[in-house]
Amino acid sequence: MRTRRGASGWLFGLAVVATVGLLVLSLTVGVYDITGSEDGWRMFAITRVPRTISLVLAGAAMSMCGLLMQLLTQNRFVEPTTTGTTEWAGLGLMLVYLLSPGASIFVRMLGAIAMAFLGTFVFFLFLRRVALKSSLIVPIVGIMMGSVVGAVSSYIALRFDMLQQLGIWFAGSFTSVVRGRYELLWIVLIVTVVVFIVADRFTVAGLGKDIATNVGVDYDRVILLGVAMVSIATGVVTVVIGSLPFLGLVVPNIVSMIRGDNLRGNLPWVCLLGIAVVTLCDLIGRTIIQPFEVPVSLILGVFGAVFFVFLVLWQQRRA
Amino acid sequence: MPEAVVDIAVERRAASPATERRTTGSFPTQRARRRYVIVLAVLILVCIASTVGVMTYDNPMPFGSDGFWRIVDLRADALRVIAIVAFCQALATVSFQTVTGNRILTPGIMGFEALYVAVQTASVFYWGTEGINKITGTTQFLALAVVMVVASTLLYTTLLSGRFGDMHTMLLVGVIIGGGLASLTAFMQRVLTPSEFDVLAARLFGSIAAADDDYLDWALPISLLAGFALILRSKRLNVLGLGSHAAANLGLHPKRETMIVLFFVSVLMAMSTAMVGPMVFLGFLVAMLTYQLADTHDHRYLLPMSALVGYATLSSSYFVLRHVFYAEGRVTIIIELVGGLAFLVHVMRKGRL
Repeated sequence: MRTRRGASGWLFGLAVVATVGLLVLSLTVGVYDITGSEDGWRMFAITRVPRTISLVLAGAAMSMCGLLMQLLTQNRFVEPTTTGTTEWAGLGLMLVYLLSPGASIFVRMLGAIAMAFLGTFVFFLFLRRVALKSSLIVPIVGIMMGSVVGAVSSYIALRFDMLQQLGIWFAGSFTSVVRGRYELLWIVLIVTVVVFIVADRFTVAGLGKDIATNVGVDYDRVILLGVAMVSIATGVVTVVIGSLPFLGLVVPNIVSMIRGDNLRGNLPWVCLLGIAVVTLCDLIGRTIIQPFEVPVSLILGVFGAVFFVFLVLWQQRRA
Repeated sequence: MPEAVVDIAVERRAASPATERRTTGSFPTQRARRRYVIVLAVLILVCIASTVGVMTYDNPMPFGSDGFWRIVDLRADALRVIAIVAFCQALATVSFQTVTGNRILTPGIMGFEALYVAVQTASVFYWGTEGINKITGTTQFLALAVVMVVASTLLYTTLLSGRFGDMHTMLLVGVIIGGGLASLTAFMQRVLTPSEFDVLAARLFGSIAAADDDYLDWALPISLLAGFALILRSKRLNVLGLGSHAAANLGLHPKRETMIVLFFVSVLMAMSTAMVGPMVFLGFLVAMLTYQLADTHDHRYLLPMSALVGYATLSSSYFVLRHVFYAEGRVTIIIELVGGLAFLVHVMRKGRL
């Protein structure tokens, strides 16, 4: 046991170094010549640093959300995109925009969080009421529910001629992240800290209602707390960045394939790997069609889909 | 086909409180049979009424004049589109739900739509506004349909046979591939100029009025052929509906049969999508209504009724939206909305999947 822990501590250090390396790369990559220009360092502080910070925050928060949802639903295929949470957040954003077009980004964020909470809660209620024949059916139903909400959003968008706007909101991208426009993302840091503190309760709740109640955990309250955490993180990230599809699915699954399931032990790994994956995808997006950028959600969506298919088939083969 | 065995098995499943003598037919009681006939007759009346309504209501020309018939002729095209879409979606969904053993999924989630949208977007992405013209035309229509059918057949055959032979795996993989394609599409749409995007959006959001008439000559016979192929396989569908183990016991090759059915389903979906664009929840709405109204497991009765329900729903909402709300361009979107909400309510009320 001791040797394993020692080995994993050493590995973790290595992973941290690799991730920091990626982040440093992210700070240096860009069209604008930082070192050559007069105002280079000012630009560095205005765009590069905020962008890298938001990569860290969003990457860690969204992968953690995925892990949390998978634990609470006892289903490996659940994450904010496969339960419709992202779509609900988008609907909230849109409704706020319609009701008061001049609303501040903070108000829009509240709308997104409220709707994300409602949607995720509906999904959890549904999972509790419904007896399932197969764990694979959960993400299918979640995605269909998401597309109902998406249909509502696109109907509203079509009526008010905001369809392309909606597309831009949804596509997760770190392009527009500059100083003064990303600070709300710090909220997800609070969420991450809270999840770290109550991690053990979530683990117990993940064992099911009966066991959790037996060991003295208020199951319903823990679930409510989990849904709230996921909704806040998803709402904030959707408003500031956009959707980051499959991130919460890919990262926790890779970690648990390698390390098994232990929330407290896996959380740092999941956050770290989440940061690394988002940073890597963002770097790819920034460089392949320079001087333009590919939104990170496209790269995540395509690679995530491939990984998801692989995961499903792999699990099927083992079963 | 050992039909009697099937019927007994099926009859046991259909648990309805009946005081009458129960028979081993498609309907448990005489009353159920009478009910089916009455519902069928009412549906036919609704279909006729909405057809006549769409054609003649608010026609500015005096009845019987040349102009009157010309307008009727124009409106008849819209009705033909409605008929094809309703027929395709209804039959495809009912058969799809039977072979997947699940009454809440629709073939629309299997990535057909995503593929269609991706092809359309890609053409505007590469060729600009003219790209739309490059993919309009009968040859392109047929090519697109072939691409969709081939892609989905490949998906079914690889995922249903062999090592991963599992229905849920296939469904999930289809959904995910759709999601991946959607990401790709979203990116391309983002790069378009607003005017190009408008052209594309007009094309993508299913519009009955904007459907191309030239396609009708091809879409009509193809969907009729595929649809009747499914109706002819009704008895096999009944057996498949018992589950693959029971079906295998009764002498059917479940996987091969499933693939044949899914092939026809993908042909029907390709026709419908190419006519009016993506629709996910119309099929769900129609299938759900059909199960409620028909009250039988027998596809010889289910399939024809589903087509009628589809036509009645689509044409009457077209009529209402066009003449009461003046929103004809948005018929499909509004139906999607209603169907989607019905889906949510149904899923929440149902206790198991």
